[in-house]
Amino acid sequence: MTGDLDDLDYLDGNAAAGPLSEFFAIDVVSARGRCAHCGRTDALATARVYPNSHGLLLRCPGCTEILLRLVDAGDRVCLDLQGLSFVELRRH
Amino acid sequence: MGIVSPGFFGRPRRDDPGLPPGQYLTEGFPVLSAGPTPRIDPDEWEFTITTETGQVHRWSWTEFLALKQDDVSTDIHCVTSWSKLGTSWRGVSLDTLFESVESDCEFTMAHSYGGYTTNVPLDDLLGGKAWIAHEFDGEALEPAHGGPARLLVPHLYFWKSAKWVRGLEMLRQDEPGFWESNGYHMYGDPWREERYW
Repeated sequence: MTGDLDDLDYLDGNAAAGPLSEFFAIDVVSARGRCAHCGRTDALATARVYPNSHGLLLRCPGCTEILLRLVDAGDRVCLDLQGLSFVELRRH
Repeated sequence: MGIVSPGFFGRPRRDDPGLPPGQYLTEGFPVLSAGPTPRIDPDEWEFTITTETGQVHRWSWTEFLALKQDDVSTDIHCVTSWSKLGTSWRGVSLDTLFESVESDCEFTMAHSYGGYTTNVPLDDLLGGKAWIAHEFDGEALEPAHGGPARLLVPHLYFWKSAKWVRGLEMLRQDEPGFWESNGYHMYGDPWREERYW
């Protein structure tokens, strides 16, 4: 996307751990995910969270495309994962 | 989810008749960022309206500024619950931009620099209800607020007023945009609290 990669109005992916815990039984930000746009594969904790948005957006730190969208719609929570083509969780 | 806190940006005041249900008044102008802020050079900026036949109507920044300009005073209402009353904008009415456009479509998709999209019925863009705004409070619109130019559709929740707008695509059928495809309402009337599906 068009954008300024030096824009600093974001948090690291760990900020998404709490909201995503409604969907995943494990701490999903420790899992590795592949960006469907550029192919970069890394821990979701390294992704960028833009907190002052209409929902939670996790963006790829490499290309800034969206990995994941989470919208809290009151009586429902909506999760869009089309920006993630692969997720790997290591068993400990 | 706790990421966006309703009322975080202003003192809770619900007694103003200009406030739709569930909204708080704010004196500030909160920035809701969905990603990096696009920086668009006006020399490279253009605005397009693309019809169902593929015809593209195109305005450069210079051509856009040469069109009839409107000064608009209006209230704005964000779906995250803040409202700002009596805001001042300057821009070009969509009525002016559509004067030369022939289309049978009833729906549009706004497209922005940066990839954002939002759907708005054509009726809601015409009749003195919507503008492409390039000034706020007498100053050039800042990039954080959508500059060089944003869509201004103040009678709908403000996510419909797409920042960094670059064009409108005419659609035969209504289709969801960026937020509408993930939980947000297709229309977004603040007086009916049309926030989510």
